[in-house]
Amino acid sequence: MSRSLLPLIGKLWLFAILFFLYAPILVMAAMSFNASPFYQLPFELSTRWYQQMAGNGQILSAALRSVGIAMVTTLVATALGTAASIGLFRYDFAGKKVLMVLLFPPIAIPWLITGTAMLIFFFAIGIGRGTPAVIIGHVALALPYVIVTVTARLSSFDITLEEAARSMGANSWTVLRRVTLPWIAPGVVAGGLFAFAVSFDQFVVSYFLSEPGDSTLPVLIYTAIRKGFTPEINAISTIIIAVSMLIMFLATRYSRFAGDR
Amino acid sequence: MSAVDVQNVTKRFGQTVALDDVSISFEDGGFFALLGPSGSGKTTLLRTIAGFHFAETGAIRIGDRNVENVPVEKRDIGMMFQNYALFPNMSVADNVGFGLRVRKVAAAEERRRIAEALELVQLGAMAERRPSQLSGGQRQRVALARAIVTNPKVLLLDEPLSALDKTLRVDMQIELKRIQREIGITTIFVTHDQEEALTLSDRIGILKDGRIVQVGPPREVYDKPVDAFTAGFLGDANWVPESWLSALRLPQPANGHSFAVRPEALSMAQARLDGMNAVAGRLTQRVFAGAMATCLIEVEGQKWKLIARDRDIPEITGDGAVWLNWRPEDTMAVRA
Ligand SMILES: Nc1ncnc2c1ncn2[C@@H]1O[C@H](COP(=O)(O)OP(=O)(O)O)[C@@H](O)[C@H]1O
Ligand SMILES: [Mg+2]
Repeated sequence: MSRSLLPLIGKLWLFAILFFLYAPILVMAAMSFNASPFYQLPFELSTRWYQQMAGNGQILSAALRSVGIAMVTTLVATALGTAASIGLFRYDFAGKKVLMVLLFPPIAIPWLITGTAMLIFFFAIGIGRGTPAVIIGHVALALPYVIVTVTARLSSFDITLEEAARSMGANSWTVLRRVTLPWIAPGVVAGGLFAFAVSFDQFVVSYFLSEPGDSTLPVLIYTAIRKGFTPEINAISTIIIAVSMLIMFLATRYSRFAGDR
Repeated sequence: MSAVDVQNVTKRFGQTVALDDVSISFEDGGFFALLGPSGSGKTTLLRTIAGFHFAETGAIRIGDRNVENVPVEKRDIGMMFQNYALFPNMSVADNVGFGLRVRKVAAAEERRRIAEALELVQLGAMAERRPSQLSGGQRQRVALARAIVTNPKVLLLDEPLSALDKTLRVDMQIELKRIQREIGITTIFVTHDQEEALTLSDRIGILKDGRIVQVGPPREVYDKPVDAFTAGFLGDANWVPESWLSALRLPQPANGHSFAVRPEALSMAQARLDGMNAVAGRLTQRVFAGAMATCLIEVEGQKWKLIARDRDIPEITGDGAVWLNWRPEDTMAVRA
């Protein structure tokens, strides 16, 4: 009897976790399509909040800014992170181990603390607040994710492939472009998607580092909720969730891909 | 002029001296084997010629160029790696064509040369496959085609056959030799397998502890090893006890030399034969192995080994007392 009971408890447990994780999201998504502004039932299908949102210039410009910052962050973090990973892979140097260990704490340190530290630091060195500060902050947050993902992929890369290419006359740039990058591409794409997600979903650091009036989407939502909740927020949140989930889905697909081959 | 010339090259890794004042010349169009036990510096020498290592001292010439300051990609070499190192994301044809594309060879010419190289290794039909769709032996051939397609000045091979099983290895040895003859490319072949070195090469260089011990044609290094290490490394050697030396005809004055005989040079009899060198011993074991047989004979407390066709070895009766005879010219003299 206990044989059949244990897996059953396990399944119930898993179900409970998934329920508490996804039920609020599903309710919110459902409500974003409900006509009533006060969450009244019966459910009446409507795209009213999406239309209203589409007409809201503030939301749109925040969304554009969020996407823009996320794209710049992705490009910069992916390029720097990939270069760093290849450097760490190819060369042995004093302090390499320490450097690699230092990559992980930023993932674990609460963003509230990272954000405060960045704000103080950026003011101290004169960058202050604003979009450049936000981008620098996001890149710093996203870098470890890119490095970890690309490094994981590189660990299965055979360095003699680079040597073979060089023996056939390829210079460093050609070797990188034709041999190394094609191999680590899935890891680079996954790292880039993680970087995009880290930036696009970022609230704390953006909140600390952005100028009032130059908010990103999560910051705008937060300020809007404080003023008074409208189902428009459900609509924009639903879109953000859909985008984030799609990115995470792609990222895990690519990084699994990266581990498999 | 030799195709590749290494002069007084020394290479250290930290405390380890991997190459200790190595000088060696590789003849144009020759098949040269670098033979030595593991850790003797064979790979280091090959990779220093290729340019993956830079020597602390000495000079390396490939063709008519000194290459100490030339990076790998400009040395005009072909190299075959132990694990083949084929590009997994490219087809066989693209793998072979890599070096041509890097050199910006025209498309039509590139296609022709890829086809030619694949034909040479008998893989014409496999051009569109991925490396993952090939057997070990086929990958090997692709790696070879890829290494020679650019007509490099020298072909460098680091134990290319050691990953193959015995039968396939022998097939590939024959293939390799055929292809090397056909295109006449100067080849440097690293191996720790003495039989492979003796079979394939025109010249052998023996390495030990980062030093070149002896260089010469296979027969010469086998028949006339310069020291005890080479004598024992290339095959079995039976060492003549000093007490017997005065009774033998020796190729050298005994002073400062040790003397040995190969197992296959011996013949066993119950008497000492005229005009031959001989030592007396006691037969302890006879091992039948089909066509050939091995006998173990105790000579003055040392184990001697005899290898001969089974039918050429007489039956020994009684207490096993025998004479081991050999022609005086088969006595090997090495530095003591
Ligand atoms: N990259 C390296 N770093 C440190 N030591 C090395 C390196 N490569 C080779 N060695 C050392 O140099 C010596 C010769 O090695 P190697 O050339 O690989 O020998 P072989 O190919 O004959 O087995 C060995 O003692 C080996 O440990
Ligand atoms: Mg080696």
